[in-house]
Amino acid sequence: MTGETRSGAHNLPGARPGDGNLQGTDAPQMTEPDPILRLRQVDKTFAGNVVALRGMSMEVRQGDFISLLGPSGCGKSTALRLIAGLMRPTHGRIEWDGGAGTDDLGVVFQEPTLMPWATVEKNVWLPFRLRGQPLSRTRDRIREALGLVGLDGFAERYPRELSGGMKMRVSIARALVTNARLILMDEPFAALDEITRQKLNDDLLNLKAQTGATVIFVTHSVFESVFLSNRILVMAPRPGRVIDEIAVPEPYPRGMDWRTAPAYGEITRRTSETLHAGLAQPEEP
Amino acid sequence: MAVTDGPRTGHLPIDTTDPEEERLARRQRIEDAARWLLPIAVMAVAIWGWHRIVVANEIPHYVLPGPGLVLETLWEDRGLLFASLMITLQITFAALAVAVIGGVGLAVLFAQSRWAEMSFSPFAVILQVTPIVSIAPLIFIYIESRLVGLLLCAWIVAFFPVLANTTLGLKSADHNLRDLFAIYRATRWQRLIHLQLPSALPYFLGGLKIAGGLALIGAVVAEYVAGTGGIGSGLAFRILEAGYRLNIPRMFAALILIALTGVAIYGATSLIAHLSLRRWHESALKRE
Ligand SMILES: Nc1ncnc2c1ncn2[C@@H]1O[C@H](COP(=O)(O)OP(=O)(O)OP(=O)(O)O)[C@@H](O)[C@H]1O
Ligand SMILES: [Mg+2]
Repeated sequence: MTGETRSGAHNLPGARPGDGNLQGTDAPQMTEPDPILRLRQVDKTFAGNVVALRGMSMEVRQGDFISLLGPSGCGKSTALRLIAGLMRPTHGRIEWDGGAGTDDLGVVFQEPTLMPWATVEKNVWLPFRLRGQPLSRTRDRIREALGLVGLDGFAERYPRELSGGMKMRVSIARALVTNARLILMDEPFAALDEITRQKLNDDLLNLKAQTGATVIFVTHSVFESVFLSNRILVMAPRPGRVIDEIAVPEPYPRGMDWRTAPAYGEITRRTSETLHAGLAQPEEP
Repeated sequence: MAVTDGPRTGHLPIDTTDPEEERLARRQRIEDAARWLLPIAVMAVAIWGWHRIVVANEIPHYVLPGPGLVLETLWEDRGLLFASLMITLQITFAALAVAVIGGVGLAVLFAQSRWAEMSFSPFAVILQVTPIVSIAPLIFIYIESRLVGLLLCAWIVAFFPVLANTTLGLKSADHNLRDLFAIYRATRWQRLIHLQLPSALPYFLGGLKIAGGLALIGAVVAEYVAGTGGIGSGLAFRILEAGYRLNIPRMFAALILIALTGVAIYGATSLIAHLSLRRWHESALKRE
């Protein structure tokens, strides 16, 4: 039926169609861990026959940093919400390694989404608190997470006393604090200025290196996706679907030198082309 | 004040205080003082005018007593009036307490169950829109205890703003936060305690401010309707009674007490709202 079969067909990272000339075999994580999450031909149709997502398939492996890249309205948030279990697919399946469990998630939204009546520490405590774990027993872990995002000494502040970037860091600390095996991020830095955004991108990669977190990251910035991820799912709208998957084989840790590397420019160019090709030729009516 | 003093004490050799800035600060100080002084001045002038009119026209005290006489009556009848004030306050606060418990309780019930909301919210509206003076006589027919009757009337008037505001507040929790709670598998109870109730707090406090005033109005109105029979004689009863005896100064004295009570209740509820929100809510924050 449609072009999403291209991305739906892959089973092994090395066999991915988007790989092209860039090798998919040298990075250490290519020793094929089992997927922790699989989407199989997932459709989501909203009331009024709005097809938000059609035939989306993907596999997420331990340690992956996957970007969902696409223009507005192509179903990126819908995909995340499906994965988070906030709604059910109309068709298709979402399979978790080891059963239906999805409670081991960390989430970062586009807005910081903090509780304004609670201090930074209490906000980060939330995932523990909802599992019945007292602050006294989790405080060390909370302080550690705040340290990881560079917010030492801000535990007792209220969200309103922080800048936009700092609030976002709190939100990230909250997603990290439980050592969740999968972290979902929905355009977390879209509202920030370019400088803060790059800084947070750097920090995010450092965090990933330190915690080994697996991340699914929604963005509509080509540069951000190439800088951060090892796999980019390029999406197109109407109906929302994955049109290609592009591998970014540069090993982690990545730093400033990656932003200026020739391979970075090459992949960025290819990703942009794919993105615009997807916009230029709309899928079936 | 520290802001304007700072630069002068901080930088000894050069005074960096901008004259423009200083002028703005001075104007701000004057405005702050005027906020208090102006109403007091207007009040003083009005009272003096009242006094002058009574004296100049030689108005007899059973038509319009002068401010001095009212004050004197307030002092002379203080035992009587104070006892009545206590009764009115008791009814008002008891009604307010029940309104808060009932209003918040119903709002929580509505937030938990759409069926409950559909079933009961029309009745809450009916109670609210029906004038209390038209319900009160029936209440006093069927309810033996005058105190309970008064309480019920005051409650009917006061509970609706608490209910309506709290219901709105419970529903207005941030959507992303709701999703977050769902992702973390929060129970209904956890969502209520940790998300919905804190979100509703500013709304509830807004309702409380209105309900405080309404509880007093309800208590006073109900007492008028209940009439002069029986025990439990609040300030409204004193006004009625004094009216029958053409004791106009006492009517004024009781009226002043009721007005002061209303102002005090408003001040107290505003203070409670400010203290509970000042750490985080926009309404209580000072912009710097
Ligand atoms: N709850 C909903 N009810 C109906 N339609 C919806 C709903 N949520 C999303 N949609 C539709 O689904 C499509 C995809 O929406 P989605 O929010 O996933 O896009 P997105 O890729 O995240 O876009 P953006 O980059 O603007 O956030 C859109 O056409 C949107 O109108
Ligand atoms: Mg979105």
